[in-house]
Amino acid sequence: MYTWRFDAVWGYRDLFLTGTAVTIGLTIAVVILGLVVGLVAGLAQLSRSPTLRWLSWLYIEMFRLTPLLVLLLWFYYALPMLTGIKIDALTAAVVTLSLYGGSFYAEVIRGGIVSIEAGQSEAGLALGMTPGKVMRRIVLPQAIKRMIPPLMNQSIIQFKNTSLVSVLAVPDLLYQGQIVAMETYRALEVYSVIAAIYFVVLLPATVIVKRAEKRLSQSN
Amino acid sequence: MTTSKIEISGLRKQFGDLVVLRDINLKVDAGAVIALIGPSGSGKSTLLRCLNLLVIPEGGRIRIGDDAFAFDGGAKLPGVREQARFRSNTGMVFQHFNLFPHMTVLQNVMEGPLSVKNMPKAEADALARRLLDKVGLSDKVDVFPNKLSGGQKQRVAIARALAMEPSVMLFDEATSALDPELVGEVLGVMRALAAEGMTMIIVTHEIGFAREVADRLVFMRDGVIVEEGPAREVIDSPKEEATRAFLSHFHNRG
Repeated sequence: MYTWRFDAVWGYRDLFLTGTAVTIGLTIAVVILGLVVGLVAGLAQLSRSPTLRWLSWLYIEMFRLTPLLVLLLWFYYALPMLTGIKIDALTAAVVTLSLYGGSFYAEVIRGGIVSIEAGQSEAGLALGMTPGKVMRRIVLPQAIKRMIPPLMNQSIIQFKNTSLVSVLAVPDLLYQGQIVAMETYRALEVYSVIAAIYFVVLLPATVIVKRAEKRLSQSN
Repeated sequence: MTTSKIEISGLRKQFGDLVVLRDINLKVDAGAVIALIGPSGSGKSTLLRCLNLLVIPEGGRIRIGDDAFAFDGGAKLPGVREQARFRSNTGMVFQHFNLFPHMTVLQNVMEGPLSVKNMPKAEADALARRLLDKVGLSDKVDVFPNKLSGGQKQRVAIARALAMEPSVMLFDEATSALDPELVGEVLGVMRALAAEGMTMIIVTHEIGFAREVADRLVFMRDGVIVEEGPAREVIDSPKEEATRAFLSHFHNRG
């Protein structure tokens, strides 16, 4: 029978706290940067310029179809060999996660906009609105409502994705936990605590998404 | 002066290899009601959509009032702002209503005056209420479109188009998506508009309505105008065999 010894882990609570703070901070950064990248790439997908469409397509598919772990290792170890510029682990992590998340956000944003029936744009144009005004007053207000739940879901996934940056020795929750586990030989307690922290942080977020989805399905 | 309100000359449109309109010429007098009929694929909807530039023609000229655009080879195509200004002068009513679902009935009707004409809110509100009263929906101002019947939606769509105070109204199969018992209320609104002297072009399959309300009838097939004349005359005694064949589908019905 295994004897749980959480007291052995309790002494390392500061490491768990700073690790959690790094994980949350990293998530906030890559969600914001990813949304910016995703908005640009999503709108580029709908651009009239074939070059812009092709470039954004290439970016989206390259990042969506490569495992995040491979991307992280590539940006940290391989890119400096290619460019000769050494980047630190945190920068590599932020850049990779933002571009990776952005490729998924781009699809959500593009999909949200094209899901609005062509008749809506036509009705706006027929009233005499310019295409920009149609986008702002007719299409986006309807599209954003549809985008919010999938964007929030994608952000929840991003929160969990940040755990992979531990392979680059970025001191996130999982990395700090690995240190504690090695020092205490209490892997079961440590990894259980880590799993619980991810769960506790994300549970309210999923409740909010569920509520948003429900509100959305009720309004028109 | 008796210059026509709308003048279309040499209008051409093709989608890829498919020629949809070939050399369309048509004049519409101010206050006239034109019924545009023909089998599906004849180009009648495309012609209507060319008139407010939702479809950009490849050749020919369109003039509505004093606004004219030429689409021939070298001619510079109108920019988005010019297109928008041109469109604001025509009202368009769609087969599937295309009301804005995120706005109430009142907001739908106010949207054009507010966002295109920058009309003060109080003025737009009063205008929208007056128009909704006119189409018989003053009790629905604060309702969202998803709570309306098809006939009510289409009447809101007509009010929304009228709110821009257009000089021409274009109806693209405005009653085709409606349940039969709801067609009458929409035709009633259109009949009243015609009686007020609004210049109207109506793409329709309601031959009886066309005969009663339209001044002139245009029959199209395969991208050309096959026959054009006073509505009653064309419907009762078509000159062209193709027109006769098309109309026979309606005479023989029920």
